[in-house]
Amino acid sequence: MGILVKNISKSYGKVTALSNISLDVKPGELYGLIGPDGAGKTTLFRILTTLLIADKGQATVTGFDVLSDYKSIRNSVGYMPGRFSLYQDLTVEENLNFFATIFGTSIAENYDLIKDIYVQIEPFKNRRAGKLSGGMKQKLALSCALIHKPKVLFLDEPTTGVDPVSRKEFWEMLKRLQQKGITILVSTPYMDEAALCDRIALIQGGKILEIDIPKAIVGHFLKPLYNISASNMYSLITSLTHYEHTYSVFPFGEFVHYTDKREAMNVEEIKSYLVQQGLTNIHIELTQPTIEDTFMELAK
Amino acid sequence: MKRFVGSVRKEFYHIFRDRRSLFILFGMPIVQILLFGFAITNEINNVDIAILDQSNDVTSKEIINKIAASKHFSILDIIQQESSIESIFKKGKVKAVLQFENNFGRHLIKEKQATVQILTDATDPNMANTISNYISSILKNYQQELNNTVSIDYQIVPQSRMVYNAELKSVYMFVPGVMTVILMLVSAMMTSISITREKEQGTMEILLVSPLKPFQVIIGKVFPYIFLSVINAIVIVLLSIFIFNVPVKGSLFLLGFESILFIITSLALGILISTISSTQQTAMMISLMGLMLPTILLSGFIFPISSMPLPLQGISNIIPAKWFIIIVKGIMLKGVGIGFLLKETLILFAMTLVFMGISVKKYKIRLE
Repeated sequence: MGILVKNISKSYGKVTALSNISLDVKPGELYGLIGPDGAGKTTLFRILTTLLIADKGQATVTGFDVLSDYKSIRNSVGYMPGRFSLYQDLTVEENLNFFATIFGTSIAENYDLIKDIYVQIEPFKNRRAGKLSGGMKQKLALSCALIHKPKVLFLDEPTTGVDPVSRKEFWEMLKRLQQKGITILVSTPYMDEAALCDRIALIQGGKILEIDIPKAIVGHFLKPLYNISASNMYSLITSLTHYEHTYSVFPFGEFVHYTDKREAMNVEEIKSYLVQQGLTNIHIELTQPTIEDTFMELAK
Repeated sequence: MKRFVGSVRKEFYHIFRDRRSLFILFGMPIVQILLFGFAITNEINNVDIAILDQSNDVTSKEIINKIAASKHFSILDIIQQESSIESIFKKGKVKAVLQFENNFGRHLIKEKQATVQILTDATDPNMANTISNYISSILKNYQQELNNTVSIDYQIVPQSRMVYNAELKSVYMFVPGVMTVILMLVSAMMTSISITREKEQGTMEILLVSPLKPFQVIIGKVFPYIFLSVINAIVIVLLSIFIFNVPVKGSLFLLGFESILFIITSLALGILISTISSTQQTAMMISLMGLMLPTILLSGFIFPISSMPLPLQGISNIIPAKWFIIIVKGIMLKGVGIGFLLKETLILFAMTLVFMGISVKKYKIRLE
């Protein structure tokens, strides 16, 4: 009774946005849709929120078909689009009030559900929504999407453009909402947020690369992964890219994540190659793969 | 009902917090009616003319005095030679030159016929025509005074009376027109813009994914504009009664009813525009080009429909403004009742139904 997606395809003219996507979200699950811009996340959200019609395939949300039962879905889900879509010229309180009324409820009635979030923006309740900071806008949008106690919550990139502290708070809130029995489908381009979901689907180019729990996703990364750092990041990357045994090189914070083509690789050999290339201060160590590494590997 | 009240309240917030739309709503009607009432006029007052009197006798002097005495003309210059006519026109100082022939008075008495030439600056043809008519009528008056002493055997005396607007005030013509244009503008343009704004800002997406039915969204959005347009109509009627002394001979109640009908017709058009445009800019362009121009040019507001070429006359029939102008003129100036306006009222009503029908068909319950 969560969300069921079966062989969904959608294209805009010649551009394929989704091709043959299938996934299922269990009731009460916090499910992450992880992928870069243009992967098709928003299209999938719009199909599930009955805003778009898929070319092929079926989907149900809380048991209702997205095509024939779209009205029931619209009654029972909360949707927060990727772009901030509240009334900028209305104050925080007026926005919330408006959405409460159109869903036939009131702020007082469902206050306990939004309380944790709303108390943070309540001091600014007379400020116009357009004048809020990015993090506060997201909290307001989430409050508005929650005000009618939806069974399923669709959050399309809720943390894009939000500062790291607010992002962390936002995810803590999602965890609390999940405990209240709300099924949550959330999309994000940030790989570090993926680890906070119960299950994730990695999506790119309209195709699903992998679906699993975050820990298991990392387990799909089989090659030994090395952190390499040196005095000059740029020439380190170019040198490694041209190295004959290199399998993959990605910048990762202050390090470069490196994998080798060979079964057994010699750390000293790489070191001497890099010295030869004129690099100094070279450190090489084995490290644990992250979801991002897995994603890059799968997307290769 | 609560949902409706909530939507209406929200819409009023939008309107009162946006200075631009407030100005269009309330500033423009007043500015337009005052502009049309005072500045733009077909009447002529104190038009500067010049006289070339080659005769300089008693008769010509008398005529010149009569012209100078009328409030329509003021004599700016007396010129001496025919050659200076052209230069005085070119300077643009006068709109007309009145030229008396040599021995004007003597010809009149001896040959019973004398000529006077009226030269007008026809770069503004309407003005030239009016001036020429005014001067002719002054001459005719003078001629009649002369003939009073002599009896003529056969004479046709045309007696014209300008019914419904005896003083030929142009404001009588502008008030119904401006009222139509403003109600059209406010209702159609403002609603189409406010609906497309929801699409542009992405809020339509949220409204769609809510229990609100499409017609609830639309009614909530257009209702405030019905209310504001009615206020506008009242302001315009009050302005025209108290500032321009335009009478309302018919029933005010009927005028109110017909105005609300026309407002709803325009709103339906606005909704229709919003269903075919995705941005506020497009909605505004369609409203201005597609509605305003025909409303001003083809509705009979400024140019009489009967003198348009046949195809344009045909087009004018599908312009709601044409019918509303007939209705307003009928009620305000002629004082007719609903019995005489049944056809026009039914046409507006039918148009409203058609626009609404198309809008409902075209309204998208999903994106794209």
